[in-house]
Amino acid sequence: MSNFKIWMASNWRLFLAIGIFCLIYGTYSFLHPAGGSSRLFVQNSNESFVLISVAMAQTLPVLTGGLDLSVGSVMTMINALASNVVNGSPTEVFLGIILCLCSAALAGFINGCIIVYGRLQPIIVTLATGAVFMGIALFLRPTPGGEVDGDLSFAATFDLNEIFFTYGWPLPEWFENSLGLIPTPVVLIVIVVLVIWVPFKNSVTGRGCYAVGSAEGAAYMSGLNVDRSRLAAYTLAGLFAGIGGLYLALQTGSGNADIPQAGAYTLNSIAAVVIGGTSLYGGIGGVVGSIFGAMSLRAISFNFRVFDADGPLGFISDPLLQPLFEGSILLIAVSAGAARVFSIKNRLNLFGS
Amino acid sequence: MVEQVAHKRADDSDLILQLEGISKRYGGVKALSQVDFSCKKGSIHAILGENGAGKSTLIKIISGVVQPTEGTLKVAGQVQQFASPTQASEYGVVCIFQELSLIPDLSVADNICITDPPRNRFGLIDKAEQIRVATDLLARVNCADVNPRELVKNLPLSRRQMVEIAKALGRKPKLLILDEATSALSAADVEKVYEILRGLREEGLTMLYISHRMHEIEELADRLSVFRNGEHIETFDKGARSNDEIIEMMIGREYSSVFPPKPTHDDKLLTVLEVENLSWDGRLNNVSLTLGEGEIIGLGGLDGQGQHEILLALFGVLRGYEGKIKLHGKEVAMGSPKQAKSDGSIALIPEDRKTEGLMLPMSIQDNISIATLDQLTKGLIIDKSAEAAKIAEMIEKMSIKIGNVDDAVATLSGGNQQKVVIAKWLMTGAKIVLLDDPTRGIDVGTKQELYQLFRDLADSGHSIILYSTDYDELIGCCDRVSIFYQGEIIRELTGDEINETNIVAASLNMEISGQQAGTMP
Amino acid sequence: MKSWIENIDKPIKYALGFIVLVLIVGNIYTLINLGTMPFFSPNYLLQQLQVASFLGLIATGMMVVILLGHIDLSVPWTLTCAAMTATAVGGDGAMLAGLTAGLIIGLINGIGVAFLRVPSMIFTLGVNTVVQGLMIVHTGGYAPQTASTPIMNFLATGYIAGIPTALFVWAAIGGLIIFMLNRTPMGRYLYAMGNREVAAYLSGVNTRLILIAAFVICSLCAAMAGILLAGYSAKAYQGMGDLYLLPAIAAVVIGGTNILGGKGTLAGTVVGAILIVLLQSVLSVMQMPEAGRQIIYGSVIIGMLLVYGRAEKKES
Repeated sequence: MSNFKIWMASNWRLFLAIGIFCLIYGTYSFLHPAGGSSRLFVQNSNESFVLISVAMAQTLPVLTGGLDLSVGSVMTMINALASNVVNGSPTEVFLGIILCLCSAALAGFINGCIIVYGRLQPIIVTLATGAVFMGIALFLRPTPGGEVDGDLSFAATFDLNEIFFTYGWPLPEWFENSLGLIPTPVVLIVIVVLVIWVPFKNSVTGRGCYAVGSAEGAAYMSGLNVDRSRLAAYTLAGLFAGIGGLYLALQTGSGNADIPQAGAYTLNSIAAVVIGGTSLYGGIGGVVGSIFGAMSLRAISFNFRVFDADGPLGFISDPLLQPLFEGSILLIAVSAGAARVFSIKNRLNLFGS
Repeated sequence: MVEQVAHKRADDSDLILQLEGISKRYGGVKALSQVDFSCKKGSIHAILGENGAGKSTLIKIISGVVQPTEGTLKVAGQVQQFASPTQASEYGVVCIFQELSLIPDLSVADNICITDPPRNRFGLIDKAEQIRVATDLLARVNCADVNPRELVKNLPLSRRQMVEIAKALGRKPKLLILDEATSALSAADVEKVYEILRGLREEGLTMLYISHRMHEIEELADRLSVFRNGEHIETFDKGARSNDEIIEMMIGREYSSVFPPKPTHDDKLLTVLEVENLSWDGRLNNVSLTLGEGEIIGLGGLDGQGQHEILLALFGVLRGYEGKIKLHGKEVAMGSPKQAKSDGSIALIPEDRKTEGLMLPMSIQDNISIATLDQLTKGLIIDKSAEAAKIAEMIEKMSIKIGNVDDAVATLSGGNQQKVVIAKWLMTGAKIVLLDDPTRGIDVGTKQELYQLFRDLADSGHSIILYSTDYDELIGCCDRVSIFYQGEIIRELTGDEINETNIVAASLNMEISGQQAGTMP
Repeated sequence: MKSWIENIDKPIKYALGFIVLVLIVGNIYTLINLGTMPFFSPNYLLQQLQVASFLGLIATGMMVVILLGHIDLSVPWTLTCAAMTATAVGGDGAMLAGLTAGLIIGLINGIGVAFLRVPSMIFTLGVNTVVQGLMIVHTGGYAPQTASTPIMNFLATGYIAGIPTALFVWAAIGGLIIFMLNRTPMGRYLYAMGNREVAAYLSGVNTRLILIAAFVICSLCAAMAGILLAGYSAKAYQGMGDLYLLPAIAAVVIGGTNILGGKGTLAGTVVGAILIVLLQSVLSVMQMPEAGRQIIYGSVIIGMLLVYGRAEKKES
């Protein structure tokens, strides 16, 4: 097989996720009166950022063959923390952000330690630590509110031009109508991927995560540091979830220890990871796919907003029906992934290892 | 540093490896006792022994997977205590284990360089360099056709074995241990591996080669060591002992007494099972066979030629087969093991008893009665007294050595575990018993009991299909033997035709004269 | 002969010990602050058992699925759906309608997992969302009846001979499940499949049927709990099941059931459910803020598992 074919064959899940996203978001852009406009991109990317972060967070534990049911709680905890510390002088804001990110990574690291050294099942550990993190969130932010630096909020949640406007920096003219229109959240995601994920994936520890998820025994036999890879996976999961929580604080200008919302984010993160092509059994997939998975999930709900309420398909835009449509599409998507089951000829292969 | 040590010691001794008084216990069980053993530089040293002889414990100790309970281990004259396989490989001791240590979802290059990949100046894995390293190593094992970017899971088993060897060579071994390295390979691939191994010997590499296949040892090894029951019996040069002597050393008694005598059947056995032109997924091609009442037929040939699949097809596991399966002359569409059990009185003793035959953490009694519960139910309720009585009867009949029926089946020895699997099926009243390599990993004593049991079953009207990777079993147990080659039965042997020469020749698809090889895969 | 104490499972022993500890700590607190010891009064304990019976029912069903090594995340909306269907239908057929809704959801879950082999975690999550969507349509389009029927009220809040009726419902269903687990082939198959599904399949067990049955049992238990909960609060409402999913899983696991399947007893689950309800109750009497309750709650689960739920150390 040629290198290109192998490359296609190893990444088809990612391409499929990208394809699904393009299809869904394309439909939306086509139907929306302001489709393709910078303003709409900004709005959509804002609405997607938190889910994208949480989905990225979920990807790493899933790659190792585990699961993190605390990503929503970590996100909420950091959201509550940010509403306390990300304000004041620029130095205080900066230190606040650092504190948020470190706390997030620490939360993930604690998960990892309990799982690795306590030898407990990830599902149940993160279920319990999720409650603890939620408790801390409630402690930090008993009622919705708090304060987040307004300038930073503007800068982070609009397009790149807004950064220059907010801080009064001179804006080059060539930039304003080209790169300046790129939504800041998109740039942030790209930075996170390039600065954290890509190096991690190409490190020995990162590749160890794939190895552990694919064949733990073989990974151990090959002399890999299995524990370190697991620890790293959960720590990074905490960090990614924390980035989401921080962004949510910037987006809403406040903190809110909302338990149902945390639960919803956790569950949707799993769905996004699966749509993004990461195997729940571990070893296959990656963060980039999950980003497209999360965006696809979001784009589905965007679509419901744009159908003409009086047209023949008007019922689709009925807000009451939206949760039903979203659920059905999720269910159909995961069931369609199961089509291979019917082509398996040796029934023993139906059972996992 | 390691290099220097090796050079300095080279003059002192030509032994790369010395074991002195090595013992290993697992709990109360002694796996190795007082083993003295050494290995000469630049040789291929074969270790022979039955399963349970202590071979695998021996190599686990040498390669640092487990630590000996007592005794010392010297590598190139230096006393070493390896805490892990990684540490052993730092001193040039690298092992290729029987269960492949490749990671299916990573690429060939990733796998070859997994332990210590080349890194760029940022400390990240240098993919391009990795491909180069992998390409070189693959070329060294004559596998230049394998694309290093391909995922391991997309490679056929034989190629994976080569990748495994390439991976081991990448760690620059001085002593390479191969544990049943060719058990999954076709004849042509086995020959390729030998060529590579001989080449490596020319380069001065020492190899420890563990196998239970006599034929391989004869071709390859310079020296041989025989192990039995955890003890080192004898080490000698190739050719110093005859095959029969070696086998006797391995099993500890005279060889011919192992198998019960075969009865002479009249020609007209009642046919219980017929297979006509069965094909499946390219791996079974027009297989036809018949099984008579009270008959034991064997399936032979190299591993993976369709023997396993035909048993699965008969047991209702394979979907979409073509051809006919007839029970007592009536065609049956086999759709599930449940159907095979209830409609056909068929039993399958699966290949892997630990994962497919038993629920290891569950009790002995739960394991024995699991297939018979529907017969033991009154109304909705399991009749526990009837169940206990039947289980006791089976344990007695099979002479399974147990402490308590409530103990987890995992606590039993391999042989007794296999007896539990067989007991489970005999309890259902099965009349046709499919045996998928049933004596693998079982001690010689139990093997002999099982051979007797198979014959007793046949004599009492059961019919048996036995697939074995051990030629001697086919010769000793079976009334007829069908040799599989690439999914087809290429030869059927009966009576005196069932001998080693014929089986080996047919397995390799050669003419009986042994001159002419057929088309190789 | 082992003494009877040694015969109790380790998880149950620890959980029972912890229940006693929670009660003692609670009493000491109230004794100091209020001068009373309410937590040892039979009335208080009966009331707690009544509350525990809702969680206990859900956990009972969840355990059957967890024994197989699967999980059912559709429980919250299965419960809500059953409650809403029951109240909407009303009259004599109310409970039957609610249970039928549960049965249908269980069948869908079971078929998805058994035939499509979608991981149960993701499939039941999808089903949960779909059912949620259906219920939102159901309550949003017109104004359905949400009041519970008298018999539902009685089952949830009534008393027979001074003992809450809900407790009888829990005991009856629990008894059936214990019978099923210990005396019928189905029970044996559940444990067998939880240990090794392939081995059970190759022993001629109809594994698909067992999978579907397990999910149906789980959904029926959740549906029954939903019907009782509607009776308890005299109405069905959106989100009534959201607070029960994680505690149910926790109750099962604290009770010693292996989250990967194959091992566990209903007695453990019962003790686990009581422990969680008592802990929540004592913490709320102690006026512990929600924040502290969540933290203690999570720490207790981890602490108990670290004591007895650890996997075997790998043979190195």
